[in-house]
Amino acid sequence: MTVVNAVLQGIFLGAFYAVLACGLSIMFGVMRVINLAHGDVAVLGAYVVFVIVQGTGMSPFVAFVVALPVMILLGYLLQLTILERSLKSGILTPLLATFGLSIVIQNLLLITFSPDVRSLGENAGAVTTSSWQVTSGLSVSTLGVVILVVAVIVFGALQLFLSRTRAGWMMRATAEDSDAAELVGIDSRGVYARATALAVAVAALGGLFLAIRSVFDPVSGPTQLIFAFEAVVIGGMGSLWGTLLGGLALGLAQTLGAHINPEYSALTGHLLFLAVLIVRYGGGRVSFGTAR
Amino acid sequence: MTLLRVEELDCRYGLLQAVRGVSFEVSPGETVALIGANGAGKSTLLRAVAGAHKPHGGRVMFDGADVTSMPAHRRVSLGIALVPEGRRLFPSLTVEENLRVAAARRGRWNVQSVLEVFPLLQPRRHMPAASLSGGEQQAVAIGRALMSNPRLLLLDEVSLGLAPIVVDAVYRSLAGIISEGTTVVLVEQDLTRALEVAGRVICMLEGRIVLEGEAASLDRDRVIGAYFGLKRPA
Repeated sequence: MTVVNAVLQGIFLGAFYAVLACGLSIMFGVMRVINLAHGDVAVLGAYVVFVIVQGTGMSPFVAFVVALPVMILLGYLLQLTILERSLKSGILTPLLATFGLSIVIQNLLLITFSPDVRSLGENAGAVTTSSWQVTSGLSVSTLGVVILVVAVIVFGALQLFLSRTRAGWMMRATAEDSDAAELVGIDSRGVYARATALAVAVAALGGLFLAIRSVFDPVSGPTQLIFAFEAVVIGGMGSLWGTLLGGLALGLAQTLGAHINPEYSALTGHLLFLAVLIVRYGGGRVSFGTAR
Repeated sequence: MTLLRVEELDCRYGLLQAVRGVSFEVSPGETVALIGANGAGKSTLLRAVAGAHKPHGGRVMFDGADVTSMPAHRRVSLGIALVPEGRRLFPSLTVEENLRVAAARRGRWNVQSVLEVFPLLQPRRHMPAASLSGGEQQAVAIGRALMSNPRLLLLDEVSLGLAPIVVDAVYRSLAGIISEGTTVVLVEQDLTRALEVAGRVICMLEGRIVLEGEAASLDRDRVIGAYFGLKRPA
């Protein structure tokens, strides 16, 4: 029964990773940009929610709805000020620009909020502590279910948006051939800004879940980025459903590893990531830069 | 009355100058063929008119307005549409999505009327563009440009890489589109076909216009001479 429990916890953890990874996947899929500040953007979202909760005493979930327009606006500005300029100068520049942005966000958060560790768990009310006791050895946490359901809704809604709406087709068209998209009347600049705004909004949702299910501080971002990045790569770069499955696989690997020995949690996740890299990009063989 | 006026246009790729001081005019309803050997600057010229290539100098005037620094997507809403070389469809989008994503201006053309002109696309309507044959893809590319209801339709090498029988079908559909009064500028390698479909021919050589005239009034030898630069016309 404890293995079943570990699998269940793994799925809940994986759903959280999938939400974190979603924005990263969108930005890579549409603009071929790997946003190294993605984890910090998520943590920034957590702090925005934190400030609203501190100021008004409202539930973090309601505060997130209030924070959403702020994050969407930040996404637009991020694209129009930093990313658009860096996109023009090759593939390395956006990587460096977002790396720099990551440092800037971390230090701004440090100056503003001090290095104290925070959590929104106690503000979220009963959802963080309640659970359903299925059998004596198996309990299902309410928060885990909430995160899983929200993750499926987010990915499902994005999939519908991309496959059913004209704005979604415009986004896919721009992702596939931005030059040709311009020639059929699509403002690629606007599409990129919308994609980034979307990515930042979903990152903030990941930040909210991070803040409720555990703790965060100004330098939590890079750790979140690593898990998000692993989820994207495991699921296949640029595939939305792949990212959801990748997140779940990463979560499962971590909890099953922890089930063997709590110290193995992060390690088994990394091992899965490396195994996927070797199988997919190494042709099944491990090579260490031998002559081709 | 002119629809398109290109004035002293210069286009460069780094140090390479592809178009050198080209000027010409196109009146509404005209069909103009741009001909010339590979590397003569025809495609670059079309791309500069459509806004996909930023010219180094000169002006592009459309319907009296200077559009030289206007981005491509805004020129589409004014009524300029380019069918790019190599078709450049959106591979994961279905035929219908490729068409509908390009709807920019209201008018005669919509998904229904495009499918009527290219009936071969009807059964392919819900298939991804990547799964189509070359001829079908070319039909989608032309249909996609028509979806914006252009006043000026630019066609870049629509017969490239297609079987002759497919090219015939594409040109039959084009003749129908041209007869409805759409202004067309097309780049074509095939001289016979260009002289057949166009009212006026502009021949380019090494980035310059070397011959220009009514298709009916030009004799073939003179065109071939200009095409290859054998004897420069005075």
